[in-house]
Amino acid sequence: MKPRRFNMRSLILNTGSSLLLPLLVLFSLFLLFRGHDEPGGGFIGGLVAAAAVALKLFAEDYKAARDMLRVHPLQLVGIGLVLAALAALPALFFGQSFFTAQWWSVDLPIFGHLKLSTPLLFDIGVFLGVIGAVLTVVFTLAEAEHS
Amino acid sequence: MLIAVLSCFILACFAPWVHRLGGRQSGWLLSLLPAALFVYFASLLPEVSQGGQLQFAYPWFPGLQIQLSFLIDGLSLLFALLITGIGFFILVYGGRYLEGHQSLGRFYIFLLGFMGSMLGLVLSDNLISLFVFWELTTITSFMLIGFNHEQEDARKKAHQGLMVTVLGGLALMTGLILLGLAAGSFELSTILASGTLTEHSLYLPMLLLILLGTFTKSAQTPFHFWLPNAMAAPTPVSAYLHSATMVKAGVYLMARLHPSLGGSEAWLLILTLFGAVTMVTGIFLASRATGIKRVLAYSTVMALGTLTMLLGLGTEKAALAAVTFLLAHALYKGALFMIAGILDHSAGVKDFRDVGGLRSSMPATTAVAILASLSLAGIIPLFGFVGKELLLEAVLSASIWQIGLTVATLVANIMVVLVAAIMALTPWFGKTVETPKKPHDPNVALLIGPALLAVLGLLFGLVPALAADGILTAAASAVYGQPVTLGLSLWHGINLPLMLTISSLILGLIMFRFWAGWRHMTRFMQTAEKFGPEVIYERLMLGMTSFASWQTKTLQNGYLRNYLITTLGTVIIIVGWALLRVQHLELHISFDDIKIHEFAIVALLILSAIIAVVVRSFLAAVAMLGALGFGVALLYVFFSAVDVGITQVLVETITVLLLVLVLYRLPEFRSLSSTANRIRDAIIAGATGLLMTVLVLAITGARQLEGISEYFLQNSGPLGHGRNVVNVILVDFRALDTLGELFVLALVAIGVYAMIHLRTGALPVTNSDRRAAFNFRRAQKEKSKAEQQTKETGESS
Amino acid sequence: MTTLMAILIGTFYAAAIYMMLRRSVVKLVIGLILLSNAANLLIFTVAGLERGTPPLIPKGQDVIVGAAADPLAQAVILTSIVIGFGVLAFAVVLIHRACEVVQTDDMNEMKGTD
Repeated sequence: MKPRRFNMRSLILNTGSSLLLPLLVLFSLFLLFRGHDEPGGGFIGGLVAAAAVALKLFAEDYKAARDMLRVHPLQLVGIGLVLAALAALPALFFGQSFFTAQWWSVDLPIFGHLKLSTPLLFDIGVFLGVIGAVLTVVFTLAEAEHS
Repeated sequence: MLIAVLSCFILACFAPWVHRLGGRQSGWLLSLLPAALFVYFASLLPEVSQGGQLQFAYPWFPGLQIQLSFLIDGLSLLFALLITGIGFFILVYGGRYLEGHQSLGRFYIFLLGFMGSMLGLVLSDNLISLFVFWELTTITSFMLIGFNHEQEDARKKAHQGLMVTVLGGLALMTGLILLGLAAGSFELSTILASGTLTEHSLYLPMLLLILLGTFTKSAQTPFHFWLPNAMAAPTPVSAYLHSATMVKAGVYLMARLHPSLGGSEAWLLILTLFGAVTMVTGIFLASRATGIKRVLAYSTVMALGTLTMLLGLGTEKAALAAVTFLLAHALYKGALFMIAGILDHSAGVKDFRDVGGLRSSMPATTAVAILASLSLAGIIPLFGFVGKELLLEAVLSASIWQIGLTVATLVANIMVVLVAAIMALTPWFGKTVETPKKPHDPNVALLIGPALLAVLGLLFGLVPALAADGILTAAASAVYGQPVTLGLSLWHGINLPLMLTISSLILGLIMFRFWAGWRHMTRFMQTAEKFGPEVIYERLMLGMTSFASWQTKTLQNGYLRNYLITTLGTVIIIVGWALLRVQHLELHISFDDIKIHEFAIVALLILSAIIAVVVRSFLAAVAMLGALGFGVALLYVFFSAVDVGITQVLVETITVLLLVLVLYRLPEFRSLSSTANRIRDAIIAGATGLLMTVLVLAITGARQLEGISEYFLQNSGPLGHGRNVVNVILVDFRALDTLGELFVLALVAIGVYAMIHLRTGALPVTNSDRRAAFNFRRAQKEKSKAEQQTKETGESS
Repeated sequence: MTTLMAILIGTFYAAAIYMMLRRSVVKLVIGLILLSNAANLLIFTVAGLERGTPPLIPKGQDVIVGAAADPLAQAVILTSIVIGFGVLAFAVVLIHRACEVVQTDDMNEMKGTD
């Protein structure tokens, strides 16, 4: 078995990714928040965000992608799980059964009318969990390749 | 009541510490519990002996109709008193008998655990909890038989006892469930009150299954062989479990269920037949054995057979005889076993042939042994005599096989006298035989149990009304199902039973005179044993293990391919057969509503799947998979599944990246399989594909029940405040499922991370690796030494 | 259309099974991917195929008027795709490690190395 290294670094990809990346991340957030009404949601948003970071990885290198994320992806998995699990709890304080959705309307000066809810919190948990899980796999393998 | 049962288990948990604190006296200390329980149960006597019933119930699994309920009537109270009373002596005795044994603490745990289980068993009012306690006694018995687990023999015998009783336990469970279903209740008190079940259509299977359980537990022929082998346990255990209490659990259950299940032809035939055969077999084997505990064990088998036979007869007299005999047997057999233990402990003898003339060195033990043996032989005025008279009377008035049963009982009685004479005379009289230890009368802790039990045998014999009014009449009433009016008395006048007793006494003593000759005469048994049930049992066990290993080797062969072929083959055959058998199977085949772009996509997908299979380059296969994934995504979008389509596209992208990242370094495809294998696999794969196609065609349009999707469509807006119904399902309606999925993803992430990062230990270690590691460590050591030296020189300079 | 989809599903199953029966672990992975696609399509098709009626409630309304595709099947498949990805990632890394340790991708040889 002879090891073959592959190199995808190219100037075009490099430039393109630095332009695309912020857009992709914004797009993923957009997908996440509109998911309750239009196609999108935590899964799709999370996958888009993960793909964005993975793009960075391929365009530059493992270190750059790692630095951009700042935290270890496994931590994201943990945070996502905790948020999703927390979404189950508020209902208990209102004497309703576990995981019953709660809705709060908030009027903020700049953003206007804002709908907050436990399903949204849950979806954010899913979002972070998916990013974390996918990136853990990708990073781990890239690291193995790297060393 | 719950506390009474649970206290044994709780104390069992703390027994090792009590043992450590109490030291030599720990047996006395722990025995306070059974003593207190005995007093408690005794305080219930006045009410129960008046025919009263006490019930206690605690909810356990309310949804399954299982509650922890207890029923106290004459029968269960008799057993509870025996368990706690004899348990008290056994703890005192066992503490001294096993003094200095390294696992004495463990012994206490199991013994107390057994006591709790046995109490639970006899006091349970619920069939399920009764069964649970039943199995618990089996398990503790297993632990105690194998107490000396360093010895292979003890392990083997413990295993044997466990297998036989667990097998019976399985049958029993089925039988009890049938019984509960047939009676419409799992509460014994309700079942017993609702009258007889002998007319029920499930009566025979239920009876046979329950009897299989009780026969194995109570060592009825042909399952009798495990009981003598259980004598591998320490003697206190044999005295307690395998003579006075646990083996009587089967008898208890038969007695308990007699009002419901008894009285039928089947009950009468099976129980009397098996009981009589066991009785004769047991005592015959006892008369041939020479090991002290073995003789006693076989005579216990005889007693269990007698009890079964009496329950089979089921008359008022037989019920009274059964409980009387049971009490008498528990008293004298418990005492005799403990004496056997004393002989081992104080003189070091285990066999009747190695002992004699101990009466001068062990006078107190001799006296107790003779007293207990007299009760065993059934000699006036001991309690055993009362039991034996009743037994004979019950047999003489039997409704079937009167003469046969009487002869069997007579034969058994003759040999019981022989056994009693051996026990009462051989070790103590005659020529003094040198024993391994210097014989001496034991400590009071060892002697108090047998002495008090033997004296009780004498007391109840002299004043039988004491036992009768106290408990036996109430117990017999519980067995019989109606109040028993007969009383007990010592002297029934000169009648046929008395004649029979006297003649069996004389014949038994003659047999004792020629005991050695008798053993010689019956030596053909050694040949017969080669075909006995124990050998059959061993053959079965061997066969089972070799079958299991053959099956494992054949089915679990370690080739994924073979598992797949087996599984798929089964699916194809079963589902295919079912499809063929369906009447009016409608396959909804129609090519009408196909749009051209859809057709193109499907055609491309089929093509790329085929290419992915046949292509020889890995990268090409991955490219095909990518194309295939995007095509499937398009199909989702065409057919209204927007979210699914987007997800599929994204996942497909990342999958392709991943495959390239990882598998790129793997070797190119090779041809590994032979052509024959390829053809075989193609046939299996093709058949599976065809089956799935037919299945889809058969299922679509055949929906019979309304789905729940309509609910989601209707309520997503009003309840979920969301317009994307799929997302509302994911994060609101079915959020718990999604949370579970998130956990799976987290596990994958952790698993992947661990597999790559924690890799040091997993690499194969070769000799050169080890040498390299060794050299490295040595170099390190020298390096640090050198550093230290330079430091020192630097400091000194 | 269902008929066409049924044929497609059958082909996917056949291809997946054939690949999973090969001796190379890499082909096993390809088989797994095909199999999860086949299973997803099976659920999708059996739930009923509807053109151009996604389960999205129009703006300003509370319920969908008229026909809509089965949202439950879609939710199940969406979950299944992501889970399938997780399992695949795990399998791929496992195989990567296994090949690294035993130096082969042939499952017959792998079995001998324990």
